[in-house]
Amino acid sequence: MKRAGFTSRWLPIFLLVPQLSIILLFFYWPAAYAMKSSFFLQDPFGFGQTFVGLENYTSLFTSSEYLKVANFTVFFTVVVTFFSLSLALLLAVKADKVLRGAKTYRTLLMWVYAVAPPVAGFMGLILFNQRWGPLMEFFGLFGWEFEMGADYSDTAFAMIVISIWKQVPVNFIFFLSGLQAIPKAVREAALIDNRSASGRFWDVTFPLLAPTGFFLLIINITYALFDTFGVIDTVVRGEPSNNPMTLVYKVYVDGFRGNDLGGSSAQSVILMVLVLALTVFQFRMVERRIHYT
Amino acid sequence: MNTMKFTAAATAFALLGSAAFAETEITWWHAMGGNLGETVNKIAEGFNASQDEYKITPVFKGSYEETLTAGIAAFRAGEQPNIMQVFDAGSATVIGAQGATVPVQDLLSENGVDFDINDYIPGVRYFYSGSDGKMIGMPFNSSSPVMYYNADALAKAGVEVPSTYEEFEAIAPALKDAGYIPLVQTHLPWEFVENFHSRHNLPFATNDNGYEGAEGTKILINSDEMKMHFTKVKEWLDEGYFGFFGTGWSDNQSQFEAGNAAMYIGSSGDFGGLTAKDLPFEWASSYLPYWSSITEEGYQTFIGGAALFAMAGKSAEENKATAEFFAYLTSPEVQYMWHRETGYVPVTTAAYELAKSDGHYDRFPAAETGPKQLMLTAGENTKGYRMGFYVQIRDVENREIARVLSGETTVEEALKTIEEEGNALLARFAKTQG
Repeated sequence: MKRAGFTSRWLPIFLLVPQLSIILLFFYWPAAYAMKSSFFLQDPFGFGQTFVGLENYTSLFTSSEYLKVANFTVFFTVVVTFFSLSLALLLAVKADKVLRGAKTYRTLLMWVYAVAPPVAGFMGLILFNQRWGPLMEFFGLFGWEFEMGADYSDTAFAMIVISIWKQVPVNFIFFLSGLQAIPKAVREAALIDNRSASGRFWDVTFPLLAPTGFFLLIINITYALFDTFGVIDTVVRGEPSNNPMTLVYKVYVDGFRGNDLGGSSAQSVILMVLVLALTVFQFRMVERRIHYT
Repeated sequence: MNTMKFTAAATAFALLGSAAFAETEITWWHAMGGNLGETVNKIAEGFNASQDEYKITPVFKGSYEETLTAGIAAFRAGEQPNIMQVFDAGSATVIGAQGATVPVQDLLSENGVDFDINDYIPGVRYFYSGSDGKMIGMPFNSSSPVMYYNADALAKAGVEVPSTYEEFEAIAPALKDAGYIPLVQTHLPWEFVENFHSRHNLPFATNDNGYEGAEGTKILINSDEMKMHFTKVKEWLDEGYFGFFGTGWSDNQSQFEAGNAAMYIGSSGDFGGLTAKDLPFEWASSYLPYWSSITEEGYQTFIGGAALFAMAGKSAEENKATAEFFAYLTSPEVQYMWHRETGYVPVTTAAYELAKSDGHYDRFPAAETGPKQLMLTAGENTKGYRMGFYVQIRDVENREIARVLSGETTVEEALKTIEEEGNALLARFAKTQG
């Protein structure tokens, strides 16, 4: 058997250089710099600094506020991921029945995905406005005095709703194409074996969708952890006060707004470790149990 | 092809032009968007037209925080602008980094521009100064918290505008019965904490309110006066005498504009925006209230807003241009124009006198409240505060006081938390200087 290969040893290296240099320049270098900064307390202009060892880390883990933000981040991620996936799956299953091949509808449903997170956040601000927001009036009908910006849980609710709304379309498209990729023969065979539609769904369709579902799970967790920044920034308008925020937003609040380079670097390192753990989980634990065809 | 030729010709012409005049060009990074930004451009154009040796280019860099962060990044790369606008809460960062800026007082005297700090309005003088009283940042867009009131609402309730919080407590029930939220505020830390200390001449931090240096500075917020004030505010909220609509400034101010709130504490600069909105009721402004149980007379407040800093590492010609620009900026005519167009206070007494003699305050009485309040009696604690990581301390103040108002915590607990977290932040900041 003939192995395909390069004739020169340098050619593959040469071809890899652009990609590797981008990774080095824009990922490894800043990451290494953040690691270093996390051991210092530094004047942002670069005139003075003190080596503080692990103090930036210990002060985070002993801060009840940081732990509160971390707890909220976990809660936010679980809720946003769960609802964006389950709502999208529900919509996709229903649409699959009526929309076979209707690409136009799919494109239209996809539109929301093109809305940038800050714009989505801004639309949320208008809908949830305390004085004249239509949603606030709607909640008022049920006697719920909705106070986004003044009440912790109301703001959390608004952030979660906006974030889910923004993410459902992309999940929907993936689930729909996943559903349509299930061979007709399998569906027909299942139809003979099991007359209950929900039974067929959980026994046949759902396991066959697992690869798509797992891919989306990872995508959605990263979305909720990191890409919701724009939504949160717009909803709290740069001043979180007693409103909830996620870990990524706190890095911004302390680092960019507050110029605490050491503290926010330590927070970034913690997030890097989190992403690393998520990646390991993705490849070690789950990829082995899911069979891609 | 034609476009290319044209561009080339235009570039060549522009190059020739600048070579012929040999103008010294300086840049000014600011955070003034919208109408304010246009007024900034007007000042720059005015300066450029007033002489032909120097040319200033203003560049809008986003919010206050974004401007400061951009300036810091540029400074570390050696690409800093000549002038950078830094907001009140960020002043400890930029002033602490000695060597990042040239104190304006030095810059002006080295370049032969007359400077006397007594030309400035008292409440404006020392906020951006060193412990020795030397002015480091040039106060630019300056304002102070004052109280606006809906005169129709007060008349309907049959009450007079209060000058103390005791008087406010006495009239609040009548305003509530007349169907109004008697009072709202717009910025808890600025109006109820920072200027509260100045108005009552109370120390806000150790080390001369932080001016003597970051080392060992501690915040003095956990005091009986603060406890009393916030206990009262919470009582008012529960009684319906006070409204709180979150940290967002406009969420609170809009309650006044909509005619729901009878009075609101806001910025002396708000009157311009209120005038432009043509509100369907009579309104005016008066001084920030004080507690007569704490002080017999109300002291002056200090300025919020931002100052212009001359960045270090620039050539002597460029520094000369910056000094000339500051001289132009602080001239009475330019200050009066800035005051008139934006609502920010004029920083010099000469500009205030000019506005007065021009009849500006006859036309807009609300415009005079800010400057007059900044000229009230001074005390040892009225020049301001200098605390590092104050942006984060403000976040803690906002968070804890909002929790008091929502009932999640008590006044005692909240003030204790602010004190603890604030002191931890101050200690961390002191280490960044080392």
